[in-house]
Amino acid sequence: MGFELTYRRFSERSILVEWPQEIDEYILKDVLLFKNSLLSFNGKLILQINSAYNSLLIIYGITIDNVNDEILTLKAHYLERNIVKKMTTKLFKIPVCYDEEFGLDLIEISEAKQLSIPEIIQRHSKPIYTVFFIGFLPGFLYLGGLDEHLHFPRKKSPRLDVKKGAVAIGGEQTGIYPNASPGGWNIIGNSPIDLFLPHKKEPCFAKAGDKIQFVPISKLEYDDVVFQMKQGSYNLESDVIDD
Amino acid sequence: MIEILKTGLYDTIQDNGRMGWQEFGVPISGVMDRYSATLANSILGNSNYAAVLESVVVGPHLKFNQDTVICIAGADMSVVLNERALKTNTVYQVLKGDILKFGTCKYGCRSYLAVLGGFQTEIQMGSRSMYKGVTADYKLFKGDMLSISKISNNVSNSYSAVKIDKTHFETQQLEVFIGPEFDKLDNNTQHKLLHTKFTISKDSNRMAYQFDDIIENELKDGITSLVLPGTVQLTPSGKLIVLMRDCQTTGGYPRVLQLTEKSINNLGQQFIGNKISFKCLYW
Repeated sequence: MGFELTYRRFSERSILVEWPQEIDEYILKDVLLFKNSLLSFNGKLILQINSAYNSLLIIYGITIDNVNDEILTLKAHYLERNIVKKMTTKLFKIPVCYDEEFGLDLIEISEAKQLSIPEIIQRHSKPIYTVFFIGFLPGFLYLGGLDEHLHFPRKKSPRLDVKKGAVAIGGEQTGIYPNASPGGWNIIGNSPIDLFLPHKKEPCFAKAGDKIQFVPISKLEYDDVVFQMKQGSYNLESDVIDD
Repeated sequence: MIEILKTGLYDTIQDNGRMGWQEFGVPISGVMDRYSATLANSILGNSNYAAVLESVVVGPHLKFNQDTVICIAGADMSVVLNERALKTNTVYQVLKGDILKFGTCKYGCRSYLAVLGGFQTEIQMGSRSMYKGVTADYKLFKGDMLSISKISNNVSNSYSAVKIDKTHFETQQLEVFIGPEFDKLDNNTQHKLLHTKFTISKDSNRMAYQFDDIIENELKDGITSLVLPGTVQLTPSGKLIVLMRDCQTTGGYPRVLQLTEKSINNLGQQFIGNKISFKCLYW
């Protein structure tokens, strides 16, 4: 029952577990179940566990003496992954302004793809995206579920200063720049909300496994959210989903 | 307080880094050479987690606005306190008004200044290590005032230096383990990887070290996966990227080697133009 996993030592203090090399929601679910199971049973020896599309990196506080023994322990926990407490998954509705002022590459995509701008916005804000993991920059969500019609290659030379909150498409992926940074993705809009707040106990509102939907807003609404964020009165809309 | 009168090439406050926040995409960060930073802290009797000032090749000029006790470890950058030359790995008392200047780098490339009790600068996610987007500043600037602990009683100078093994700074052979994608390379490429003397390129910093040499290969990029400081990636164009303390938490290039903890520290003391090679250890 489950996937064929490979276990290998990664460094003196870490073990890498890998699932089949595919981007797949069932694999993500299994990765996160295993992570959750390890965190609830074996908290003392394990310092932290990082996850990506199809792997877990388990980092220990001390050098692993006998890696084979440890791998056997991990395998036993894999079998118990379904009996641990369920994780709660949330759906977040993220406001995005797709106005020309922000959507610097909308016209280029529209011409290349023969799609009108309203159609691009509609196709981008319709799907429910899955957060596979957070990486690249603090608070950068790797989202799965972009409409195939919107797949668009990265820019040949990256922009040096992509704005904080830029919503962009890179190849088969879409994402939001949590902070100003250089970046090669095509920018189609901007979200006024904070994706990464280092001083908070939970610096990102979303975690791997959560869902995201983009909600188109006007420039006026955008400015209003910016104002509410400054006042600290903005509440990001979210629902608990049970699946 | 300590005031930065003049900055060096790239001065930062670092401790042992930010563990436990990588699931939010936050790099571990922390001192590049843990061996030297720990040494400076240990000599002062600080905790190993105390924050130190890291500088590379050219260090800063500092003014102390209070009494304290210091120790410098790592690269020897011909440091002078007022007019007096200081040795590394030695405890010195510093008085209010004293000026500390880093000079010419004699060996190594990263120097660690520890103060009694550690630097008391901004703390984010359990660490004072500076990183863009996490701490207010990503490095130190002229005019910055750095908080340090107050000392309660006078500490006498002990002029005896702790002797250290210089091979830490001179070793050109980095111990590595094979990485998850090493077996995907053909024998010839594996041999090249382990028998080439690589020259450290100018694109080397706290995030990653790179080399001037190219290892041609047929590996394809994989699905974005997990990396750690010390992970050696091989790009399709043949560039090797050795990830260092400020590296991202995930990456898509094939991971061909993994440096040992000791070798990460060794590499942190090697600078542009130096030559290094990899020596494979087996589990």
